[in-house]
Amino acid sequence: MPPDTPRPTVPQLFLTYLRIGLIGFGGVNAWARRVIVEEKRWLSEQDYAEVLGLGQALPGPNALNVAIQLGERWRGPAGAIAAPAGLFAGPLVVLALLAMAHDRWGEIALVKAVLAGTAAAAAGMVIGTALKMAQKLKPSAPVLAVGLAALVGAAGLRLPLPAIVLGLAPFGIAAAWWTMRRGERAQ
Amino acid sequence: MTEGGGVLWQLATGFAAISLIAVGGGIAVVPEMNRLVVDVHGWMTDARFAQLFALAQAAPGPNVLVVGLIGWQVAGLTGMLVATLAMTLPSGLLAYGFSRLRTRLAGSRGLRVVEKGLVPIAVGLILSSGLILGQAAASGWVAVALTLGSTLFVWRTDLSPLWVLAVGGTVGALFL
Repeated sequence: MPPDTPRPTVPQLFLTYLRIGLIGFGGVNAWARRVIVEEKRWLSEQDYAEVLGLGQALPGPNALNVAIQLGERWRGPAGAIAAPAGLFAGPLVVLALLAMAHDRWGEIALVKAVLAGTAAAAAGMVIGTALKMAQKLKPSAPVLAVGLAALVGAAGLRLPLPAIVLGLAPFGIAAAWWTMRRGERAQ
Repeated sequence: MTEGGGVLWQLATGFAAISLIAVGGGIAVVPEMNRLVVDVHGWMTDARFAQLFALAQAAPGPNVLVVGLIGWQVAGLTGMLVATLAMTLPSGLLAYGFSRLRTRLAGSRGLRVVEKGLVPIAVGLILSSGLILGQAAASGWVAVALTLGSTLFVWRTDLSPLWVLAVGGTVGALFL
């Protein structure tokens, strides 16, 4: 549960997720981690990674699955509505405006250049977030191997995500079990 | 393009079905969306679909919002809302039910192992999506330098990543 702050209220959940949605360039997961783990300290690195893992194993957009699970965990049904509503409300308005603007100005070179630069920086942000998580989570060797296999499968071989998640889950679970057993024996 | 209830119903049922098979996230089912939108219903061309997808990637927010843009293209604001709800509601209810179940099982050793076991896959997939985005954005050495610089900044400091996005946009305007 939350490391050193009380669980957020329903309005806090809505406003925080509204902000996550609006600044969420390059995908929301990196930003959700940044705000929830580093800024608000509502979850530890490990807890966030676990909720994200479940969000990816369940069908549907995984940032949404994370928002619903965290909202439900902290504030029940009201939280499970407030967090995803915040997450989608801002970007939907932005997208509606963009859809109109894009038809008119999308081909302007300057707009394209700014978007290209932002996209390159956002890619680095996502990579940096993954490296930071891996560093802080201090995986055991078998757990690290499963992570690398997911990386090779998705970025290298471009396998479909359902195949990666479902195919690697048994190995991840075995690696986690081995790590837990080793930790208990060491105590 | 036909307006009205028929199209809205097609949007709702089509995306509701996709929502429930999207294991790994909304991006995993982009090919399936393409099939529904271009091949099955002929709502738009392949090129238009790719354009909408790029637009959704460039905008802030969940990447799955490309379904909102598709809905917009097909049936305006109502279409946007219907498509977004159809894509989010079925899987969202499932996630909610799972979360309730998880509370009941809290502390169960089996559940703990499953949760920990999914962590490396989650981190590996984030890293992969970053690399794939970086590859798509790598139009030249300026873009690659931006990606590398922003990787180091976000990895090694705790400052807000908004800084690198602002720098990225500015450098893009000047050099790309």
